[in-house]
Amino acid sequence: MRYYRSHVMVCTSPQCVDKGARTLMKRLQEELAAQGLADEVAVLETPHIGDCANGPEIMVYPDRVHYAGLTLEDLPSLVEEYFKKGRVVTRLLSQFRPPVDKELGPPKPKEVRVVLRNCGKIDPENIEDYIAEDGYQALAKVLTEMTPEQVIEEILASGLRGRGGAGFPTGRKWQFCRAAAGSPKYVVCNADEGDPGAFMNRRVLEGDPHSVIEGMIIAAYAIGASYGYIYCRAEYPIAVRTLREAIRQAREYGFLGQNILGTDFSFDLEVRMGAGAFVCGEETALMASIEGKRGHPRTRPPFPAVSGLWGKPTNINNVESYAVVPQIILKGSAWYASMGTATSKGTKTFALAGDVNNTGLIEVPFGITMREIIYDVGGGIKGGKGFKAVQTGGPMGGCLPAAYLDVPVDYESLTSAGSIMGSGGMVVMDEETCMVDIARFFMEFIQDESCGKCIPCRVGTRHLLEILERICAGLGKPDDIEELEHLSSLIRRSSLCGLGQGAPNPVVTTLRHFRSEYEAHIYDKRCPAKVCRALIRYEIDPAFCTGCTLCARNCPVNAISGERRQPHTINQELCTRCGICKQVCKFDAVTVS
Amino acid sequence: MPLDFTKPTPPSDDKRWKLVQATMRRWGNHHDALIETLHTVQESFGYLDNDALTYVAAALRVPLSRAYGVATFYHFFRLKPAGKHTCVVCTGTACYIKGADQILESIRQAYDVKPGETTADGQISVLTARCLGACGLAAAVVYDGEVAGKQDAASTLERLGKWVEQ
Repeated sequence: MRYYRSHVMVCTSPQCVDKGARTLMKRLQEELAAQGLADEVAVLETPHIGDCANGPEIMVYPDRVHYAGLTLEDLPSLVEEYFKKGRVVTRLLSQFRPPVDKELGPPKPKEVRVVLRNCGKIDPENIEDYIAEDGYQALAKVLTEMTPEQVIEEILASGLRGRGGAGFPTGRKWQFCRAAAGSPKYVVCNADEGDPGAFMNRRVLEGDPHSVIEGMIIAAYAIGASYGYIYCRAEYPIAVRTLREAIRQAREYGFLGQNILGTDFSFDLEVRMGAGAFVCGEETALMASIEGKRGHPRTRPPFPAVSGLWGKPTNINNVESYAVVPQIILKGSAWYASMGTATSKGTKTFALAGDVNNTGLIEVPFGITMREIIYDVGGGIKGGKGFKAVQTGGPMGGCLPAAYLDVPVDYESLTSAGSIMGSGGMVVMDEETCMVDIARFFMEFIQDESCGKCIPCRVGTRHLLEILERICAGLGKPDDIEELEHLSSLIRRSSLCGLGQGAPNPVVTTLRHFRSEYEAHIYDKRCPAKVCRALIRYEIDPAFCTGCTLCARNCPVNAISGERRQPHTINQELCTRCGICKQVCKFDAVTVS
Repeated sequence: MPLDFTKPTPPSDDKRWKLVQATMRRWGNHHDALIETLHTVQESFGYLDNDALTYVAAALRVPLSRAYGVATFYHFFRLKPAGKHTCVVCTGTACYIKGADQILESIRQAYDVKPGETTADGQISVLTARCLGACGLAAAVVYDGEVAGKQDAASTLERLGKWVEQ
């Protein structure tokens, strides 16, 4: 193979060819040869660069210089100036900027990208891109150099814990499943990322599907499984499509199917779509759903590792757990274990949302503090407002107040603070958020998503919701707080699955950290954050109102009256406190009290 | 398994049943393909009616009660036809903080529809989603399959108003 100092990619999309890309390519080669650079610069075709609208376009590597709108007349001077003298010809530079990936973007301060390393960098629909980034090397290493026991040993040594939220050591899970009697065995990937506020798994599935597939094949080899399922929620159609394409390509390249990489190990995989049931993220419910049934959880034990899909030993891990496996195998468990804290190793992705400046996906090592996440990685609270709480772990997680900002983030510390790691949703709330209302919101969610199989969860959460609704409506009774606490502990102790057991968590943590807000609602009939509708009123400040009539025109119930250019007033009897007037007012004349 | 099993015939000659049959075939007409098959029915016909459920249940050899149970258990499946336009309001945590409930309330006041319902004239179906995973764009609303970010009550009503005018 010959080495060139520089590679020129010429876009040969139909659009560029139409504008003369082929002729341009030929003339460029001739021109390079004429100026004696034929041995130094290679000219290649590429299907697409991005600026075809201003074609023909070329991209020069390794400098990543992108020229567009080239004409044949430009070539001699371009070769002379740029390829010979190394000066970029600015007049010919493309103005095209690839769309910024808002969710991900370039790494933020303090980020360490392991799971997300390929996301936004490789083309997820092209397996060769993944292979170029050391893809499927770990699989080759495992199949040719390691026994299943050694693989499990390596994962155990890395300290990897289940990224679905519970944090069970992944290696131990594999060990159990390997030891279980029964055949065939199954490997399942839980991609039913239902927590509101969490979208890390979606990004991995859409941006780097092969890392998950490779991780699953390695897991299958370690536990001796022959078939696998990826259970992906139907709300992620792009992820489902990307995965199916990735599986097809992996099969074509011999990473899936019979005799993988020429060894006697065989394994295949398919994607199953969920249908919008939150409880299906619970592993036993998920398996019921794969079997085509209603997603009802069942009691454990027996654990899936012993009796899972169709009663066979089944290993279930989260997307992120699988995605990181290939890198642990390649770079070694010591490398992975060097990141994180004593009990929580490695990195964790979080979906940072809510009232922070940089919302989006982040990946940080365990042990970082919440303050670093919110203020350094997240860029602080939006609009310079005060921090009130951060909600972690989805609906079964909890809200942590400012006092916990400096606690290092790992499985144990979040649990002791009353919250959970969960799958990694992190919603930051500023001071204008009512914690009672948030508890009510989560209870409404859980109430709706409770599968209905066991009574504590089905009926208990309904009662919690009714009490919270009463408090938000300003009708709270003095013993409501005690009632909430009593019911919560009852539900926690007697529910069948993780959903029910975690269901009271939002109430318990808000009660623990923000009890005064509950008391303000119940005793003073006051909502300190000015959110609960029954406890607030909108008014128009005549000092600021210019009488522009904008609010009156937008009010859905016509509760605002007033002459043009005269201060308007809100009829409190008609007002439904929808807040539209405040949103549309250009003069900040609408106040809440 | 009864030996006298004969394949049921689709409820109509509609070509779209071929798609449904193809899905069932792909999963070997096995009963665990129920959810996948119902997805295809809904994609092709827009919703699941009684005929469709009866047919799919018979073809996959599961009791009708189970097909109906699955169709009603999962939020994704619709048993009634949707309106001409659909508006899905995300009610995930981030969107909720950014006023998703105000958006829903304003829609209810303006069009008298609650989430899961369709306006009387069949123009607009209003749905809620648990989380679209677009939390960075909160509050998110999907208008006819197109995600719009940073929505509030005023902008949503404006958008729906345009649908009604047409």
